[in-house]
Amino acid sequence: MSLQILAVDDSRTIRDMLNLTLNQAGFTPHMADDGVHGIEVLEEMSPPPDAIITDINMPRMDGFGFIEAVRKIEKFRAVPILVLTTESAAELKQRARNAGATGWIVKPFEPKKLVRALQMVTG
Amino acid sequence: MSETQNQIDSTEIELLTFQVGGQEYAIDIMSVREIRGWSKATPLPHAPNFVRGVINLRGTVLTIVDLADRLGMGRTDTKERNVIIVVHTGIETVGLLVDAVSDILAVNKSELQPPPEMAADNEQAFVSALMIAGERMVRILALSAALPSENTEAA
Amino acid sequence: MMDEDDPMAEIRASFFVECEELLEALQDGLQIMDDGEADDETINVVFRAVHSIKGGAGAFGLEDLVRFAHQFESVLDGVRSGTIEADRNAISVFFQSGDILGDLVRAARDDDIADESRIQGVMSSLTSMLGADAQEDEAEEDVSDFQPMGLSLDLGLDIGGNDAPALPDLPDPGGPPAPASTVVFEDGYTIHFLPDSSLYASGNEPLHLLRLLREMGDLDVTCDSSTLPSLSELDEEKSYLSWTIHLITDEDEEAVRDVFDFVADLCTLTISGPEKPAPRGPAPDTPPPPTTSDDISTPQDSTSASLNSTSTSKAAAALNTNKTPDVKAPPPPASPPSASKKPVAPSSKSNKPRPTVRVDLERIDRLVNLVGELVINQAMISQSVAEAGLQTNSAVSEGLDEFMQLTRDIQDSVMMIRAQPVKSLFQRMSRIVREASSMVGKSVRLKTEGDATEIDKTVIERLADPLTHMIRNAVDHGIESPQDRLAAGKPEEGIVTLSAGHRSGRVIVEVVDDGAGINRERVLQIAIEKGLVAENAELTDSEIDNLLFMPGFSTASEVSDLSGRGVGMDVVKSAILSLGGRVTIQSNPGSGTIFTISLPLTLAVLDGMVINVARQTLVVPLSTITETLTLMGPDIRALGPQTNVIKVRDSFVPLLDLGFELGFRAPLDSYVGSIALLIAQEDGDHAALIVDSIQDQRQVVIKGLQDTFGQVPGVAAATILGDGKIALILDPVDVVANADGRTQPVQSNLQLAG
Repeated sequence: MSLQILAVDDSRTIRDMLNLTLNQAGFTPHMADDGVHGIEVLEEMSPPPDAIITDINMPRMDGFGFIEAVRKIEKFRAVPILVLTTESAAELKQRARNAGATGWIVKPFEPKKLVRALQMVTG
Repeated sequence: MSETQNQIDSTEIELLTFQVGGQEYAIDIMSVREIRGWSKATPLPHAPNFVRGVINLRGTVLTIVDLADRLGMGRTDTKERNVIIVVHTGIETVGLLVDAVSDILAVNKSELQPPPEMAADNEQAFVSALMIAGERMVRILALSAALPSENTEAA
Repeated sequence: MMDEDDPMAEIRASFFVECEELLEALQDGLQIMDDGEADDETINVVFRAVHSIKGGAGAFGLEDLVRFAHQFESVLDGVRSGTIEADRNAISVFFQSGDILGDLVRAARDDDIADESRIQGVMSSLTSMLGADAQEDEAEEDVSDFQPMGLSLDLGLDIGGNDAPALPDLPDPGGPPAPASTVVFEDGYTIHFLPDSSLYASGNEPLHLLRLLREMGDLDVTCDSSTLPSLSELDEEKSYLSWTIHLITDEDEEAVRDVFDFVADLCTLTISGPEKPAPRGPAPDTPPPPTTSDDISTPQDSTSASLNSTSTSKAAAALNTNKTPDVKAPPPPASPPSASKKPVAPSSKSNKPRPTVRVDLERIDRLVNLVGELVINQAMISQSVAEAGLQTNSAVSEGLDEFMQLTRDIQDSVMMIRAQPVKSLFQRMSRIVREASSMVGKSVRLKTEGDATEIDKTVIERLADPLTHMIRNAVDHGIESPQDRLAAGKPEEGIVTLSAGHRSGRVIVEVVDDGAGINRERVLQIAIEKGLVAENAELTDSEIDNLLFMPGFSTASEVSDLSGRGVGMDVVKSAILSLGGRVTIQSNPGSGTIFTISLPLTLAVLDGMVINVARQTLVVPLSTITETLTLMGPDIRALGPQTNVIKVRDSFVPLLDLGFELGFRAPLDSYVGSIALLIAQEDGDHAALIVDSIQDQRQVVIKGLQDTFGQVPGVAAATILGDGKIALILDPVDVVANADGRTQPVQSNLQLAG
């Protein structure tokens, strides 16, 4: 059974690219278009996803809020969360980390690297 | 009365022969889309005389050219048994009003002869080749006849 | 057509569509800011729009776009964080930036070049807004740089606790722990790694870090579990393990450090490079037994064991990251404000977009055609049924009526598929106003109303040019200069209002300006000079206004940069007429001018009056008919020997015989008792077209005519009637314009000889 990955990003283009990359790499992607939607999708995933990828800048609930919300839920505490962002400012990484993120990937992402990162965190 | 060739070669074409204004004409079957009976055309105001009007061809508006008129043989007196040959000229589709359809002939290109030059009949501009079929002389129609020429006068 | 073998091409195309949507949202947001009604979420929306465009652009390597978007985004980020103020100037720069962004997007999409000098101009405005921060930001960002080791994993184990040993599955390397802080390998890197508990809390695994290191070269890892307490005292959320790592790699220290980048302050880390024996920072005790890289799994076991079996309030707090953060970091901000508020643009849809489907335009057109056939077919059946003599209240007739209603409903729905909100068109006009007003040195703002109004896509496209002219004219000629406005007691800024709405089955678009109105004296004078009207002609105000629509009218003396090429209102009018629409003017000196455009809802279907003339059935578009008349004897007056006029109320209107004008027959002997259609002409005048009889009024499907033999004068298109016959659709305005006018019967030879 392939690994289930939840990807959250408000840009349709990025979602399309993530979907494509994940599928080609043999993962099973689940998509959401902002933090609120991400939580909804997440709550319906049983068992929990093997990893989560999320954008930072999104409407309704941004990446930080999303990660924090995810971490509040017991069964999702250990799910690796990768933050997908165009910014690599230290302060932002800090915030992401504080919220509970596992790691980050800089946008635009190279598909191979994204896949490897996922492989890393999912063991 | 079709003349059949014993060998099939690439210089063979099939012609649809038909009657118009009492004479026999033919066109390459590849240009023919369909053949249908005559139905009254809706006239187009200020159109050239030989344009009879338009008819409804399964939902599209088809222009009908009175071939006899176009060839200078006078306006066709239409009866129910008149036939419309729908041809595609490569750019558009037009309906040719003729008297009747005769045959389909398989003909070798070598049998086609160029028409002799004759100044009197401008009908000649519409004949691209001649052919003998048995005792009949068949005029191969130049499809440009279906298209307007600069000589056309608007009514 | 999409290259279906390349899904990236499809995503790329979809990206450009998404860009248009984002640009629209950007415009909306900027407009709200301009109106002074912005809240926090507004600037977020604006920021995100630019941010998303940048993100996608980066993915496709669209460097020009990325560069500009990046600068724009940086400034917006400044506004977002409060370091840059969004005053009027700033907003003006933002509008321009939005325009440039749009240009760059389209240039990328169409493989074109955008105007470099304009881009530079706006770019430097943005840069100057960034001021001193600009440099810093540049250095900070590495937009397109994906660091292979950028994947960093937070390992948050705390080495607290001081308890007894061994978890059962601890590795069994044997040997007493040896002080590791002093261990330094001679070659490669010596890494001492002591994670905090918060590092684990974020779902990280030291294992992953170690794996990453392993990718870089040869790895030797030793785990120090000396601080592990007994099981009972184990705090499962505390970190007790540390590692000494010996890494031999060609990579430089920075690459090695990068692996730990993300967790740099969630652990204690020392990296000593080759021949750099001095470790940085405190080094923990680590057990010596070197394990080969294959044994990396063991640290994991212990790690996960410790994760599961320890708990402290502190670690618990660390896990509950929303309450207490990582020890070394300031508390994370409260849940971002965007979670609560919804961004709202006044006249567009709510934030969460309705689910949509994207369809090939070709498919829609085919569907429209088929539905058109359906309508015709249904009419034909109705006709056959009627001719078969069935009672109107029979089951068949009633069923047919329902069928007809259904067909109409389907047709309406299908037509509306092609309908789009005018919003994007109006937004383009917004830009036109900005550019036009700056070019002529006036201060003008565009207000829009009803931009959610939906119009057929083709109509929108064909409305763009005429509307642009009208807007430019409004700015150029309608709105006065700032001085004049002030002198007249008006606010310096002129307002052009563009509105759209549905009214009685048509779409009404209005262009209103609050300028000086039409200078009627001047217009009349110019018209006289150009020979368009007679010198002593007496015209009503409205007639003078309509002179603007006459060909050849452009007020040459006022030609400016914009309207320079002499494209006059006559071109605008004919463009609108060709859409089946009408345009009228209303003007009030001193207060402004209103142009009203009335358009049909769709282009494929027409409301027409079916008439008979010379035994032919024709359809006259209802929109061209002002009224129908029955001619009485006294109404018909001779004008010349061949022509007649008729008296309609207080004016005389030329009388035309449609049958004759179309070449179907000669003029009739008498027209007393004939029916005539009053047709409105372009200049506002009317003409009366005589027909033989009126059949009825109905909606017909428009079919194009081939133009094999050139355009047929007086005929716009054709339709297929219920009996399958073709009826021509008349263009009465064209007929009237080219009319011969003869309505006297041809004189017999006898009389002529006299």
